[in-house]
Amino acid sequence: MKERLQELKAEALNKVDEAREVQHLKDVRVEYLGKKGPITEVLRSMGKLSKEERPVIGQLANDVREDIAQAIEKKQSALEEAALEKQLEAESIDVTLPGRPVQVGGPHLLTSIVEEIEDLFIGMGFEIKEGPEVETDYYNFEALNLPKGHPARDMQDSFYITEELLLRTHTSPVQARTMGLKNGSEPVKMICPGKVYRRDTDDATHSHQFTQIEGLLVDKHVRMSDLKGVLNTFAKQMFGAEREIRLRPSFFPFTEPSVEMDISCKVCGGTGCSVCKGTGWIEILGAGMVHPNVLEMAGYDPKEYSGFAFGMGPERIAMLKYGVDDIRNFYINDQRFLKQYHKA
Amino acid sequence: MLVSLNWLNDYIDVNDYKPEDLAEIITKTGIEVESVNPVAEAAKGIVVGRVVSCEQHPNAEKLSLCQVDIGEGILQIVCGAPNIAEGQKVPVATPGAVLPGNFKINKTKLRGEVSNGMICSLQELGVDEKDVPKEYQEGIYVFPEDVNLGDDAVSLLNLNDIIIELGLTPNRSDCLSMAGVAYEVAAALGREYKLAEEEVETSNEKAEKMVKVEVEDPQANPYYGAFILKDVKVGKSPLWIQNRLTAAGIRPINNVVDITNFVLLEYGQPLHAFDFDRFGSSRVVTRRARSGEKITTLDDQERTLSPDHLIITNGENAHAIAGVMGGAESEVQENTTTILLEAAYFNPANVRQAAKDHGLRSEASTRFEKGVDPNRVERAGIRACELLQQYAGATVLEGPAKFDQLDRSENKVQMNSLKINERLGTEISNEEIAYILERLQFTYESNGDEFLVYAPTRRGDIVLFEDMLEEVARIYGYDNLPFTLPSGAAHAGGLSLEQKLKRGMKAYFEGAGLDETITYSLTSEKQAAMLVSKEVEELTPTPVKLAMPMSEDHSHMRLSILPELLQSISYNSARKQQNIAYYELGTVFISQEEEVTKQPHEMLRASGAVTGEWLAHPWQQEKKVVDFFVVKGIVEGLMKWLDLDVKYTKAKIEGMHPGRTAVVTTAEEEIIGFVGQVHPKVQNELGIKDTFVFDLNAEMLIDIYQKEEAFETIPRFPSVNRDIALVVEDSVPAGHIEKTIYEAGAPLVKQVRVFDVYQGEHLEEGMKSLAYRLLYLDPERTLKDEEVEAAHEQILKEVKDKHNAELRA
Repeated sequence: MKERLQELKAEALNKVDEAREVQHLKDVRVEYLGKKGPITEVLRSMGKLSKEERPVIGQLANDVREDIAQAIEKKQSALEEAALEKQLEAESIDVTLPGRPVQVGGPHLLTSIVEEIEDLFIGMGFEIKEGPEVETDYYNFEALNLPKGHPARDMQDSFYITEELLLRTHTSPVQARTMGLKNGSEPVKMICPGKVYRRDTDDATHSHQFTQIEGLLVDKHVRMSDLKGVLNTFAKQMFGAEREIRLRPSFFPFTEPSVEMDISCKVCGGTGCSVCKGTGWIEILGAGMVHPNVLEMAGYDPKEYSGFAFGMGPERIAMLKYGVDDIRNFYINDQRFLKQYHKA
Repeated sequence: MLVSLNWLNDYIDVNDYKPEDLAEIITKTGIEVESVNPVAEAAKGIVVGRVVSCEQHPNAEKLSLCQVDIGEGILQIVCGAPNIAEGQKVPVATPGAVLPGNFKINKTKLRGEVSNGMICSLQELGVDEKDVPKEYQEGIYVFPEDVNLGDDAVSLLNLNDIIIELGLTPNRSDCLSMAGVAYEVAAALGREYKLAEEEVETSNEKAEKMVKVEVEDPQANPYYGAFILKDVKVGKSPLWIQNRLTAAGIRPINNVVDITNFVLLEYGQPLHAFDFDRFGSSRVVTRRARSGEKITTLDDQERTLSPDHLIITNGENAHAIAGVMGGAESEVQENTTTILLEAAYFNPANVRQAAKDHGLRSEASTRFEKGVDPNRVERAGIRACELLQQYAGATVLEGPAKFDQLDRSENKVQMNSLKINERLGTEISNEEIAYILERLQFTYESNGDEFLVYAPTRRGDIVLFEDMLEEVARIYGYDNLPFTLPSGAAHAGGLSLEQKLKRGMKAYFEGAGLDETITYSLTSEKQAAMLVSKEVEELTPTPVKLAMPMSEDHSHMRLSILPELLQSISYNSARKQQNIAYYELGTVFISQEEEVTKQPHEMLRASGAVTGEWLAHPWQQEKKVVDFFVVKGIVEGLMKWLDLDVKYTKAKIEGMHPGRTAVVTTAEEEIIGFVGQVHPKVQNELGIKDTFVFDLNAEMLIDIYQKEEAFETIPRFPSVNRDIALVVEDSVPAGHIEKTIYEAGAPLVKQVRVFDVYQGEHLEEGMKSLAYRLLYLDPERTLKDEEVEAAHEQILKEVKDKHNAELRA
């Protein structure tokens, strides 16, 4: 019986080895391990054996079954693997052909710049305030220390609608409006981006509509050194940690002292080149300590409260940062221009 | 203001500074230097020569053959200038000389005659054409007699000077004079300076005897000084005065005009010289002009005046527009012998108005407009008399005859060093503050931390403590301020919900494949009223119009973003960019008044325009041209993102395709915009292909979103899907059937989706088949088959009743 079992095993393993398809293996399984298969037969006829032989043969029969089953399983996974490989080979494609295009849009360059600046100042605890583009003469000029008859508010420079209404010439009226809501007793920490309008003939450096972003901080004990610190933080984050800033005296009716801020030229690093016109510095923004008349008109006591304000043009920043050479590009909306700056 | 460094050196020694370094210091302490340039391009080897003889060139009619003595010898030079003459002293470029533009002079032969150099015009020496005296514009320059042969012409003509151009802010008009610049530079450098001190010897005769000054409006003209100068010989001014003017960009004319201009530059005080004989009276009366009164000004223009304009009269006729321009009638001419020299203070506002009305902005009006120094008005007159005596042989009468109600007092400003340091964030000592005041030449009294400053009248801009704060800070140096951060209470900045939603909407549109644009708010009258959404139209708005537009294209405020967006598409289309997908989030301006009196409502809208191919994958033969449903899909996606139920109803909108436009309404039947195709006629006008647009009231979207914030829980029980295909007449909108299904299937039907629309074979003409997938759900329990069946039957019954829809076989 022992010999018979060994024979069956050799036979079965041989068939497994020769199997070329999964079906063949199934046949082998039925043939040798099935209920009517020879091994079962062997087990059934064990009754004829002696008491001593029975467990030995029984053990052997089980081992043979196990070996055959294992061989079948092993072969089966080998065959399946081969079949899969064959199938995948047949599914092969030309990966160098172009993919299906995805329609991707993006933000306008000015929006990117404005949001970058917004986020920077939000990080420093500022809020964002917005206001009307059609302003009253009061908020656009008078509340900002530009009384009627002031040379800086010439009819020729602004788009008036009536004597009392005009398209705002800066976003500063939003500051005046925001301060006015505080009853002269709460701090203000805000920036206000938006569209502004001036009577300029559109050319490479002028646009009758452009963007401004201004900031204001009013509180007790605000110092000019705070302005310098905040602007320095802004400049380094916006233009690079290696940039230096400098303030130099200037004049705005709504601030006193007034300064302009330059940053060191990126192109030459401060030694002087054509970009910075040989000075090593590039003008970025105007700023200053809020004029006491402005604080007073908004209801603050200038003896108790002080503040600083600053303002800049995102167009100019975009032109400096990305080398845009014509301001009209921001408003013509040439697709090639818009797409180019989506990653900005 | 153009500042000659050679001139500045007369007052303050700056020779040891490189011009660029000086410019940097001036910029950092007070006034922006816009440029630093030599007055002329470098030239060398130019000397003074005398034309010993001058004959016609034997072989050329228009050339002269000259023998020129340059001190160390005689050179033969061929010259083509028409004004060359024997005896002249002229600038000679000798062989080896270099003229501007690196033009080298060599010995040469011209038409057979040797020429050992070149006799030069001022232009050839690098002087700007507009600064060259008229008589030398067409030929060579001729020196006055008092120069020496062989002297260096470049330095005689001040062509080695450097010009610093100051960009003056409106508050620093004190630097519209060389004296003012000297004060400023002295303060910046902490150096000594020395200004000219005017002094003149007068005759015994009194000016008052010859002329009386009467002022009708002391407010407009608080000071008028009339100096009288006799025996004046009009001629050329000395070279040094001419050089100063040339460097400042003013063309020399004659000694009288040049000297008034020189004093204008030196003191910042404009002066005017009248020919007293032609003035025609012994009365100077200043008054406001009568309406319609006329004057012919120096430029030979007849000008009509109004009471806004202050004029100088001889008691009857106007002889000058005060501070702006003199009259032709009493202009100083070659034969003038007696001069009435005006030194006056005119109110800035009057001068500004007159200069504006007559389009005459001049060196003089600019200074009056900003306010001249009351303490230098008369002194400037004396200085001019001194120079006219010296260089025009004038006899100066004792005077001036004057009207004088001028306030010459100084502004007093109190300041405290503790407050200065608190405001600046510094620790500047009292001694340092005192030193700064001394550098500024401000007088002051001090007591411990307290300073009382007397701001000089040349600095009329200094009125408040803050003005002094700036003076101290800028001289102390902004570079020396520390960097600090605000010490106030911590403040949580951030975006408002509305601002977050705006950013979210932008991100949605960009994710949906649209590029953001920014277009102009000002548009043409025609475009302002085009493609306006119905809910805006219902407000019967009038486009807001500018009082004085610059062009018809930008005269009105827009009521819709779309027209400008379509212009952008047209622009791109003309440049062969046919596939465009744009959106803009911006304001439109709604005024319900015929004549605007209040601020219009500024409504935020989200608009988009898409044209051309939406999707193209050529090698897979896939191509999708934009159609209504692409754009509607974008709108639907936005509504889904905002979680808003909206409805689309076919509608007619001016400028839109009548069969392919839908208004969008909320569940509460409020219109919030539209979506559709632009009318083919409009497309043709703009030269664009089929373009599909949407225009949504973003303000309302944000409002609604902010009100509805409830979130639903995710259902725990299974839903059941059922499909139905219905055959209906072609004219029945799918949306209506959808609505009926929802109504009939309530509350179990949660979602209805069209998944097939079919027309053609197997269907009757004029019929269509619509296939819907229905989703049944009860959030509280598992649905039973019978319940779904019952609801389904009810739906079929109602679509049959309402739309005559049959279940497709």
